Amino acid sequence: MMYDPQDDRNRIVITGIGLTSPNGNSLAEFRANLLAGVSGVVPYETRYMPPVLAGVCDCDVLRYQKRKDLRRGTRAGSIAVYCANEAVVDSKIDWENFPRERVGVYIGITEHGNVETENEIANIKEFDYDTNFWSHHHNPRTVANNPAGEVTLNMKITGPALCIGAACAAGNAGFIQGVQMLRLGEVDMAIAGGVSESIHTFGIFASFKSQGALAAHEDPAKACRPFDTKRNGIVVAEGGGLVTLERLPDALARGAKIYGEIVGYAINSDASDFVLPSSERQTECMQLALKRANLTPDQIDIVSSHATATEQGDIEESTALHRVFGESSRTVINNAKSFIGHAMGAAGALELLGNLPAFEDGVAHATINLDEQDPRCALTNIVANEPRQLRDVNYIFNNSFGMLGINSAVIVRKYK
Amino acid sequence: MTSEQIRQVIIDILERIAPDEDLTNLDDSVAFREQMELDSMDFLDIVMELRKQYRVQIPEEDYGNLVTMDSTVSYLEPRLKDVESAV
Repeated sequence: MMYDPQDDRNRIVITGIGLTSPNGNSLAEFRANLLAGVSGVVPYETRYMPPVLAGVCDCDVLRYQKRKDLRRGTRAGSIAVYCANEAVVDSKIDWENFPRERVGVYIGITEHGNVETENEIANIKEFDYDTNFWSHHHNPRTVANNPAGEVTLNMKITGPALCIGAACAAGNAGFIQGVQMLRLGEVDMAIAGGVSESIHTFGIFASFKSQGALAAHEDPAKACRPFDTKRNGIVVAEGGGLVTLERLPDALARGAKIYGEIVGYAINSDASDFVLPSSERQTECMQLALKRANLTPDQIDIVSSHATATEQGDIEESTALHRVFGESSRTVINNAKSFIGHAMGAAGALELLGNLPAFEDGVAHATINLDEQDPRCALTNIVANEPRQLRDVNYIFNNSFGMLGINSAVIVRKYK
Repeated sequence: MTSEQIRQVIIDILERIAPDEDLTNLDDSVAFREQMELDSMDFLDIVMELRKQYRVQIPEEDYGNLVTMDSTVSYLEPRLKDVESAV
């Protein structure tokens, strides 16, 4: 390890949270709905194909942007701006006087630019594909740093701002980048996490449909069914989850509320297939995160699983989870996608954040829609359908995996 | 289109491009950019909207004619005289 974990300056804590999820526009709302079993999945219309199901957000974006900003920018940018502002407000930092050149923005994205490209093609189709009608806004909207860049414009942040492309592991990848940059001393505050505008591109629905991996159900709330025998695919969602990360001594010096400390993480690659996951590499990723945190599996209280409710994905992750946590009677497993669908770049971020209040209330939210567990998902400790009161929650472990075989895990410790 | 109709076309475009602005007291003889937040990308939106709605091609060297409402209307009048207003 390149850094000294004993040095408090290398201890990175979460001090502010901003989020929008299909079932809540703040941590309090999101958490309450996770505990109450409230879904955010609804019928949704997209271009060219029959209606689908999706997780749709209704946060008040005009809280931090003007109508002109919305017209100029992207949905991903707008979600990022909302979440970043909410996180900074929640952190109660003296933002007016905080040196903006010392703030870094690290936003995980699954994909970016599809929405605007599809919109422009639909637009020029009206003009017989005459490219003179292609918008001059196309490039600034589709550059891969767009959401992070929109945050800097909105909040006058002059430090480094990047989007991290990591498929559906992007939310964790954003957190990890933030932690690393703080430890390197590159910034004094990181705004980190992930966002998704994916429901606004028909292509993602159509591609999952063609792959046989798009969920369908007559009751939208029951469509996303991780680990269930009747699961039939992914519900695409939009959303965002960004946090403020600071070094522990800085957070303590200003009396900040500390939601938790990121004590371990890992990212690795399957190097085996474009879409099919690998339980071997997932196992290695989880074990590496535990090793870096100097923890054993039986110290982990809650594992937030990645499971997207695809046939093979859930089986592979269950196999990996069983290998790592199978001997730990303490560890329970839950899943937020069953409530909100797969929020793509935001998924890993939202799924971790929805679990953080467990440090205070000791409750693991459930995995809903688990009527009959698939025997091939051989997990004995899933929190099925109803939240579970645990004795004491000290460690939360967050899995997030993505296409092209990217795996990630983040471990957060209760701060006390 | 009459000059009054052209003016209304421009007002409608500006309302879409700058939805936060109040255009009721726009002074037709003063530069748009002195009265509202309008940058070069917004300006290109005006050009694009005219192209989409009325197929008017405005060459770059003529952009200087689109500084005020008065100069914009006088520039567009001969180019739109045979075009029906959609407003």
